[in-house]
Amino acid sequence: MTDFLLEILSEEIPARMQAKARTDLEKLFVTQLGDAGLKAEGITVYSTPRRLALIAKGLPAETEAVSEEAKGPPEGAPDQAVDGFCRKNGVTRDQLEVRDVKGRPTYFAVIDTPGRATTDVLAEAIPAIIKAFPWPKSQRWGDASITTESLRWVRPLQGIVAIFGDELVECEIGGVASGYDTVGHRFHHDGVITIGGVDDYIEKLRACHVIVDHEERQDIVGAGAAKAASDAGLALVEDEGLVIENAGLTEWPAPLLGRFDEAFLDVPEEVIQLTTRINQKYFVVRDGTGKLTNAFVCTANIDAHDGGKAIVAGNEKVLAARLADAKFFWDLDQKTTLEQHAEKLKDIVFHEKLGTVADKVERVAKLARWLCEEGIVGNSFSLEGEGGAAAPDEGALAKETPHTLTQPSPSREKAELADMAEQAARLCKADLVTEMVGEFPELQGLMGGYYAEKEGLPAEVSDAIRDHYKPVGQGDEVPTAPVTVAVSLADKLDTLAGFFAIDEKPTGSKDPFALRRSANAVIRTLVYSNIRLPMHSFALNEANMLCEHYPVESEIIIVRDTLDRLGEFAEVQVQNRAANYALHELRGETDAPIDLGYMYVLLDFFADRLKVQQREAGVRHDLIDAVFALGGEDDLVRLLARVKALQTFVETEDGENLLAGYKRASNILKKSSIPGEDPESSADAVQDGPGLLLSQEHGALPYTPEPAEAELTAALDAAEPKAATAIAAEDFAGAMAALASLRGPIDRFFDDVTVNDDDPAKREARLGLLVRVQNAVHSVADFSKIEG
Amino acid sequence: MDNVQLAGKPAQKSGKMSFQDMILTLHNYWSEQGCLILQPYDMEMGAGTFHTATTLRALGPEPWNAAFVQPCRRPTDGRYGDNPMRLQHYYQYQVILKPSPANLQQLYLDSLSAIGIDPLLHDIRFVEDDWESPTLGAWGLGWEVWCDGMEVTQFTYFQQMGGYDCKPVAGELTYGLERLAMYIQGVDSVYALDFNGRPKGEGGVTYGDVFHENEVQQSTWNFEVANTDMLFDLFKKATAECENCLEHKLPLPAYEQAVKASHIFNLLQARGVISVAERQAYMGRVRDLAKGACEAWIDKNKERWASEYKGWSV
Repeated sequence: MTDFLLEILSEEIPARMQAKARTDLEKLFVTQLGDAGLKAEGITVYSTPRRLALIAKGLPAETEAVSEEAKGPPEGAPDQAVDGFCRKNGVTRDQLEVRDVKGRPTYFAVIDTPGRATTDVLAEAIPAIIKAFPWPKSQRWGDASITTESLRWVRPLQGIVAIFGDELVECEIGGVASGYDTVGHRFHHDGVITIGGVDDYIEKLRACHVIVDHEERQDIVGAGAAKAASDAGLALVEDEGLVIENAGLTEWPAPLLGRFDEAFLDVPEEVIQLTTRINQKYFVVRDGTGKLTNAFVCTANIDAHDGGKAIVAGNEKVLAARLADAKFFWDLDQKTTLEQHAEKLKDIVFHEKLGTVADKVERVAKLARWLCEEGIVGNSFSLEGEGGAAAPDEGALAKETPHTLTQPSPSREKAELADMAEQAARLCKADLVTEMVGEFPELQGLMGGYYAEKEGLPAEVSDAIRDHYKPVGQGDEVPTAPVTVAVSLADKLDTLAGFFAIDEKPTGSKDPFALRRSANAVIRTLVYSNIRLPMHSFALNEANMLCEHYPVESEIIIVRDTLDRLGEFAEVQVQNRAANYALHELRGETDAPIDLGYMYVLLDFFADRLKVQQREAGVRHDLIDAVFALGGEDDLVRLLARVKALQTFVETEDGENLLAGYKRASNILKKSSIPGEDPESSADAVQDGPGLLLSQEHGALPYTPEPAEAELTAALDAAEPKAATAIAAEDFAGAMAALASLRGPIDRFFDDVTVNDDDPAKREARLGLLVRVQNAVHSVADFSKIEG
Repeated sequence: MDNVQLAGKPAQKSGKMSFQDMILTLHNYWSEQGCLILQPYDMEMGAGTFHTATTLRALGPEPWNAAFVQPCRRPTDGRYGDNPMRLQHYYQYQVILKPSPANLQQLYLDSLSAIGIDPLLHDIRFVEDDWESPTLGAWGLGWEVWCDGMEVTQFTYFQQMGGYDCKPVAGELTYGLERLAMYIQGVDSVYALDFNGRPKGEGGVTYGDVFHENEVQQSTWNFEVANTDMLFDLFKKATAECENCLEHKLPLPAYEQAVKASHIFNLLQARGVISVAERQAYMGRVRDLAKGACEAWIDKNKERWASEYKGWSV
């Protein structure tokens, strides 16, 4: 067994590409050798800014010899056939063997493929790997680039070391031939280094100031930076990303501590951290009290002969210039109020069909005010966030009765809240036109918050400006302060409704406006604080605003008349999806380019996001489907409460049995060709009871019911109103409990009573009873969607 | 003894190279490497890359090695002479080598040594920075070269220019002369740079002596005074004239009008009269003109190039 060393030397490889390059190199190597039937006992890959290296341990000297047999024509076959067989297998006629096959002498060719030298396999593999290498960006260079067919590499390729044992693997690609020679550190070592093989590679390079192992360099950067800070009595702010990046920028890392003028500490911490990290790749440092202090750690690539004094001085000068710029922006931005900055939002197009950012801000401001004035945001907070785990309690759900205990003067507070939410919303995007956010887009929101604070705006307002983008990702904090919640929700809801209204919804992997993220954020915010947002009213409100914003000659025209009619119509029919069709019809009468039916598409979109999001929280998607299938639910908090009660219920024995009973009832109904009820229209059906079977009033039977039959009827009579009352009060656990009382009677009914009785009257009545069971269950959820 | 000076040899503060000596040294160095030493293009432009010796010469198969200083105008970077490192007018040292030589990095590093940067005292690094010029329809891969954390040079392998593949690829080096000089001389402000290496009182001149007043006045004009109606008008006229040149198949004059339009656009930006929404449209306009000029340049030469360089095609 022999070890193999490959080093691909090039001009500096971007740090961010090195990790994937290592993986790709190993993958391509394994595939290439695997195709030839070779497998190494172990593979290690390394990277430095100038080289990718691979060490494969324990390769055989050659591939295994293979002997194959091919059966040919029988002896005495025409010459043509025998010659053809020989040609095909690359043997001569006298090499053929004759064997007996079922009594017939038959020609056989034995083809021995001798083993190939591993060096030959490697010599072919190396150019193939280089040619196939999937760099995210690659380039041409030099004389050969007179055509676009020339070799591409991440940066110009400069050398290949390929040694198998101590034998050179000879190959060539793009004018670069393999050899034993490589180079050491760019500045610490002149001339070439001759490598003997795997055994001396790493140490020979180390002697020439190159640490090949990226992990070793990462350790040096991490530990060295921490030490540089602690030697000065300070604490490094650890940053794994910076450690990896600096290790990818150096072959001989040397962390050094520098200082900057304390006066710059006036600038917000985040700004200092960002300019230091992104522009200069420096670590920042905290003092004993945990405050950011006027020091940094940079990582040099040399052991400077003055111990790094000149390097530190140089880096200090650069950082000072960067911080001077940041301070210039910080001071300059504050010479203008946020309100004045916001004026410039008129010049920024949000989306050509949705107007400028100023137009968006106008909508967000109105929406934020509406959310407060309607009491949607602002009075549900006494509940505190419970992650939506519990069903909201009744009192807090009634919008008209805010908690007087926590809000002594609700109407005044409500007005104040609405004013602050509107103010924050009007200013929340103003920082987009400030110099600082122009320089560091990552600071959007944060800078607005700082500037608002400096202007002396109420803390609620500056907090809302700062945090209105939250929650940004999975792990991000969910806002709970009422003003912040109002602005955050208004911003995202406007974005969602706007893009859905112009039919720019996400498709497949494409979500250019990050609408999935916005919807997730809305759901998390609503659920976290039990905020009851009626989506339909919101969508109508939004459509109104989109309409108001557009002049008649603009590309988007919503005919007011249509909208007015839609408003009335939708209020009446809001529970019914049939409204959607009516909307389309209404739309057909006009040329409104906004599909007013978008709200339903948006609601479905929310349902999908909810499923994805709740799956991670362990909520069964089939249960979400079961509740959604009832239709008409546009309050995500209520929906989730229902789903959670359902999940708790179906996992109990009562629930399981009820589900089994329900399924049995459904099967019988299906077989009896009485159409199972369409849950899409169940809202009407439950109340009005259309159709033949339910027209029979409860109890008015033309025969004496069997005891189990009577018991089920009585149980239904008792359970139905209980469930209905509980549902009206949004007490879903109570509704489930009411349904659970049906379990025993249903079981006995199936045990004791023959549904398909010969007497059509009995049969019809009993089927009717089953329909009642089904309907009662559907008042909570469409159990047919529940799996298992 | 230290005060003794050889006649005719300029004095250097603390033995460090003056601004003009740095330029002369780079000229000598690149001249020895076989480069033509050209003079600046006589028009306002935002970068040395706009010089025809870079843009147009990067197209086509003919070898081309040239070095020159290009004054650059970036109106929005003006700070009225108050910022020690930001200027609306400064110098780039530009080297273009086509095809890119295999030892280009080493040639570059040797040029740094020539102007007195010791790579074992200062931390020289090649940090990924891909270059793209939307206004020229051009892009390349390369690095910004750091010296102790400061970007001192943009190092690029041109891959496309004017929307055309570069065949062969040219290597472009753009040195920030003032930044490098500040390093070499160890000064904190660009205005304190020693321009000619003589002591003060004996004819010594600083960068500030030469350019500070220019920064103050030009910043004022760029940001506050420039007549925007006139500028809008000039932009229109330059774009119209560019098209006129293209109609007459005159790529070089056409290219100059595109460069003019580009600079006027920059001035309009500094005056703050171009909205974010309009910005893209203006840039697109300039790009189309520049691309048109590149296309006309290729059309004019492609037959000759194809006949003289086997294997080359547009």
